[in-house]
Amino acid sequence: MKIGKEEVEHVAKLARLEITEAEKEAFSKQLSAILTYVEQLRTLDTEGVEPTATVLEQTNVLREDRARPSLPVEKALANAPEQADGFLCVPKIINGT
Amino acid sequence: MSLHKLTLHELKEKFTKGEVTARDIVSAYSLRINQVEPKVKAYITLVKESAMAQAEALDQKLKTWRRTMPLMGMPLAIKDNICTEGVLTTCASRILGAFVPPYDATVIARLRGQGYLLLGKTNLDEFAMGSSTENSGFGPSRNPWNLSRVPGGSSGGSAAAVAADECVAALGSDTGGSIRQPAACCGVVGLKPTYGRVSRSGLVAFASSLDQIGPITKDVTDAAMLLNVIAGHDPLDSTSADVPVPDYTKALKKKDVKKLKIGLPKEYFAEGLDQEVEQAVREAAGELKKLGGEIKDVALPTTGAAIAAYYLIATAEASSNLARYDGVKYGLRSKQTKDLLEMYMKTRQEGFGPEVKRRIMLGTYALSAGYYEAYYGKAQAVRTLIRRDFEAAFQEVDLLVTPVMPTPAFKLGEKIQDPLQMYLSDIYTISANLAGIPAISVPCGYSKAGLPIGLQILGRPFEEETLLRGAHAYEQATGWRAKRPNIR
Repeated sequence: MKIGKEEVEHVAKLARLEITEAEKEAFSKQLSAILTYVEQLRTLDTEGVEPTATVLEQTNVLREDRARPSLPVEKALANAPEQADGFLCVPKIINGT
Repeated sequence: MSLHKLTLHELKEKFTKGEVTARDIVSAYSLRINQVEPKVKAYITLVKESAMAQAEALDQKLKTWRRTMPLMGMPLAIKDNICTEGVLTTCASRILGAFVPPYDATVIARLRGQGYLLLGKTNLDEFAMGSSTENSGFGPSRNPWNLSRVPGGSSGGSAAAVAADECVAALGSDTGGSIRQPAACCGVVGLKPTYGRVSRSGLVAFASSLDQIGPITKDVTDAAMLLNVIAGHDPLDSTSADVPVPDYTKALKKKDVKKLKIGLPKEYFAEGLDQEVEQAVREAAGELKKLGGEIKDVALPTTGAAIAAYYLIATAEASSNLARYDGVKYGLRSKQTKDLLEMYMKTRQEGFGPEVKRRIMLGTYALSAGYYEAYYGKAQAVRTLIRRDFEAAFQEVDLLVTPVMPTPAFKLGEKIQDPLQMYLSDIYTISANLAGIPAISVPCGYSKAGLPIGLQILGRPFEEETLLRGAHAYEQATGWRAKRPNIR
């Protein structure tokens, strides 16, 4: 399986990763090698085999909907790169003034 | 007697008898860390001063207080992807380089509740992605047995710290072998419990259907003691199992494996296995036979496909889990941005190292439109086949014994340029994560070059007791731990 430079660029955009020209080259080679290796899965017959997403038996774990103490705002925001008035700040999203 | 050389149970006994104070213990470890840490580089963050302050307060309190707790005064090291309130938790990533968690992981709250002292946070491959700690954003750790070798990974810092006596015991996490493989490389014990046995609340997620926290210790008794503390249901982790927790140390009383059937899966002794490792593991099987076990050959036919399935499932889950590092809520934010999209892209470019980017790319690809069924869907179906292999084998036997790693610890730099070669070093450990079963690594000898070799024992889900019994009987009969690394 060969994954070319354009496809690397597309996947990087989906993953929200800016990558350099050198990384594009490297990823193209390395991902191609890894994808070629995983091709071997095709030789296994999985017709009618249920996929395993988790090994656990339990599904829909529920708890009572009860209010309980949570982190104070200052503590929850303590690691934020930018904050003001108890909110997280991000670059302006809507254009105009 | 140098306190730092003692196991957890030995140190605890001395402390409980009042032969040593908590201050004595922390002093001994501080000294030891000062001596060997510049060579081993096991830690990312050390908190010796706060450990000392807690030790002194504990000694003071014990003058009038009669309580004992399982880990009272015991200094532990914690892998730096497990959240510790108020103490830097970086995941060895620049993107979390300044992250100070506002809460404790459940395992940390439990250790704290039993009186442990935090000595520091140990090095790992960035976000636990790797098999050597070379992917750490803060430089690699070294193998205490030979400083030019890797300590394994991703919990390499924890394993190296235990082997170098820089802590009495440690916690690691294991997604595809990250506890067992470094334990084998460093000649210590590493236990990956059953998926769901230990809460992951506060463990920074890598691949959520595979991740599990477990102990890395100087011997099997210590592993049982730590599992006693960290195991059990947690309302904060919906994937933690509501299964009763036995006293795991009771499983160690038998000191034999009588009436146990032990399987040798033939696929684990195939091409690519180093001769010295094979010999050590086969001799270990012979020893288990002497201890009363019935040895049988078994088959796990899908073993060869495990790495391929794992690297699709783990990277797919990682690409989703790591989407949270966007420069908004915590962690790094790139300064060079004019809009939101650019902020995401540049933040992640600057913050993640090469292996993490590679895995995000692979996982994103495997989940993307047009490829989902062929890659991710197929891998999940193969995962079912791997589980069925184990279910069938455990109809015939109680335990499986295998190598942990195809070779002893490799050299720094040996595999870092070739990701696929690095992935292949996980070949014997990955299946236990895919099947969710418990597995332990115990020392079973040394190569001619003096590097430790590990024996892996695997068991049925939630049968850690059988696993520990087998590992303990073997350990007591062989005494490999008597040999310690000479760090130079």
